[in-house]
Amino acid sequence: MIEPAIQVEGISKQYHLGQGISAQHTLGERLYECIGNTYNKLTRRTAQHKSAPRETFWAVKDINFEAETGKVFGVIGRNGAGKSTLLKILSQITEPTHGRAIMRGRVGSLLEVGTGFHPELTGRENVFLNGAILGMKRREVAEKFDEIVGFAELEKFIDTPVKRYSSGMYVRLAFAVAAHLEPEVLLIDEVLAVGDAGFQQRCLGRMSEIADGGRTIVFVSHDMGAVARLCDRVMLLEGGETDLIGTPSEAIERYHTLVSNWRENPEGVFTGPLADDIRFEDLTINGIDAEGPRVFNPHDTLTMTIKGIAKTNVPRFRTTFCLYKDNIRLLSKHDAPEPIDLPAGPFTSEITLPAYLLRPGDYRVSIGGHRDALRQYIWGRDLMGFTVTEQWSEHFDKKDVGMINVPGYGTRTLGKDTDNSIAA
Amino acid sequence: MPITVIQPSRGLSRLGLSQLWAHRDLLLLFTLRDIKVRYKQAALGISWAVIQPIGMSIIFFLFFGKLMGLEEKVAPTPYLIFTMAGILPWALFESAVSASSSSVVSNANIIRKVYFPRLIVPLAATGAPLIDYAIGMGILLIAMIFLGTTTNSSAILLPLMVGSLMLSVLGVGILMSAITVAYRDFRHALPFLMKVFMFLTPVFYPITIVPEQYRWMLALNPVGGTISAMRSAMLGTPIDTSAWLISTLVSAVALAAGLIYFQRVERRFADII
Repeated sequence: MIEPAIQVEGISKQYHLGQGISAQHTLGERLYECIGNTYNKLTRRTAQHKSAPRETFWAVKDINFEAETGKVFGVIGRNGAGKSTLLKILSQITEPTHGRAIMRGRVGSLLEVGTGFHPELTGRENVFLNGAILGMKRREVAEKFDEIVGFAELEKFIDTPVKRYSSGMYVRLAFAVAAHLEPEVLLIDEVLAVGDAGFQQRCLGRMSEIADGGRTIVFVSHDMGAVARLCDRVMLLEGGETDLIGTPSEAIERYHTLVSNWRENPEGVFTGPLADDIRFEDLTINGIDAEGPRVFNPHDTLTMTIKGIAKTNVPRFRTTFCLYKDNIRLLSKHDAPEPIDLPAGPFTSEITLPAYLLRPGDYRVSIGGHRDALRQYIWGRDLMGFTVTEQWSEHFDKKDVGMINVPGYGTRTLGKDTDNSIAA
Repeated sequence: MPITVIQPSRGLSRLGLSQLWAHRDLLLLFTLRDIKVRYKQAALGISWAVIQPIGMSIIFFLFFGKLMGLEEKVAPTPYLIFTMAGILPWALFESAVSASSSSVVSNANIIRKVYFPRLIVPLAATGAPLIDYAIGMGILLIAMIFLGTTTNSSAILLPLMVGSLMLSVLGVGILMSAITVAYRDFRHALPFLMKVFMFLTPVFYPITIVPEQYRWMLALNPVGGTISAMRSAMLGTPIDTSAWLISTLVSAVALAAGLIYFQRVERRFADII
């Protein structure tokens, strides 16, 4: 029997609150703390007053799994569920507090694309630098160089500094390097969230090729479509602990149940710099919330109502909602043509979709919003699903296929003379 | 097939020199990146490596040499050459230490996303200052030919002395790079410490103006004896070998301390950076 490529036994990671990613101490603070502690010790005061033990939390707790060689193991969960921490531990970027993981084979990790890309350097220089950062030898990169540049379709611009690249070109080059990593174990975090749809498809294709070639992949993602397509087993994390390990459809179904309860447990549902300033509290479609029967007829006008509270004045903000089908974004709409000031207090945003727009099928909704700069955003992914039934009518032909519905029919003209229509 | 075992580390683990060797290509590419970026972004490009030591030498020549009369103490060597032969190794020390001190923090985005031996970062940062030094030495040679100063066979010791100096660069740089991650205020302390140290180092004055009984203090400065020896080797004046050796020893101790501290905290870099 072949041993699994990855064995994870009881991996846990504890953080001290406030020690997280950004907090720093100055030497002054540390000295002050030190003097305080010494003073307490000297005066035989126990630690209960000042140096009460700092609060801690477990980013991941007691994670156990095995990933078989040549399979794709998916990890899903809400924001803050511990997915990225787990991946960082497996990538050796940070150490676990307890537990052990064994990985058989060369390990490559891809927590973002284009790590270490320097804007002043040319595409060529960055390919070599990024390749080395990801663990490739210079010789390996040199051998694959033409292939990498070809994959990125950037032959003409390879000697241009990447600061002159469009963001699409930048991502293509970065991903092309990553796609040519050939470790036995590949750890990937959410990197497919970038790039245009066509390129994403190519990357996904490349990933399945890698797995077919006998390599093991751990794939962390929010993209349930990609998870369903690529993964053989999926682990769902919730609050740092394993909720379930099962088939992709089991795990995704359970994930959707967790996410639909966002009003009771909003922690980690909304992300972005504005997540502290704005709280979304309610999302309904035609007055029906996530618990109701969310099934609509094609002839229904769909009104989505978002209720929220602005905790402070948020200048120039607009609410956005997005509609997905099969993980393809069908549309996004805003509640205002331009961002407008949102005063502190409750607000309601409404967006209406006309009847006969959606074809039968299952849809999913994400809501959020942004300020003038798109980087100032709040975003809650995949908060509610609904179904459009197959109730046909004169505006809706059963034999139409495709993603969108256009009511009515076309016309036909006979004869060569197109000016004189034969229409009655 | 290599097997990776991940578990909490305890106490002093190995320095990971084999890991460092396995990632030597990355060390080279980081070094090249720092050199290229430094000169690509600058309007005057590589000439900064020349302008700075020459400018400083001229200022020192005017103030210390002429106005304060240090010129006579170093005769027959022209003071301009004398001070330049001290400023060049000092500039190497200062810029290499400050580059490697800030290197871990300025590469935070990479350290948070990819694993590689972290020691590569402060090591690679010393490459660009070494290039500057080599260019500066070229200028010094030209100046020496113009002003009729000669050197002698002791100049062949110079590479060895650069080695001594690099020991202290790495010792201080590696230590500071790790401390700066945990305590950002060290960034502000470093330039000040450097200024103090410049006066404690025979850069613009000869070691002979210091009374004999205090000279050992200059040697305890990890670069004092070395920089003085580097100048002597360049100008063909007698080398104070014992001061050089003491400085080298102090540098080696600093390097050991730097490596131990770095190794202890590097596993937490990604969590606190």
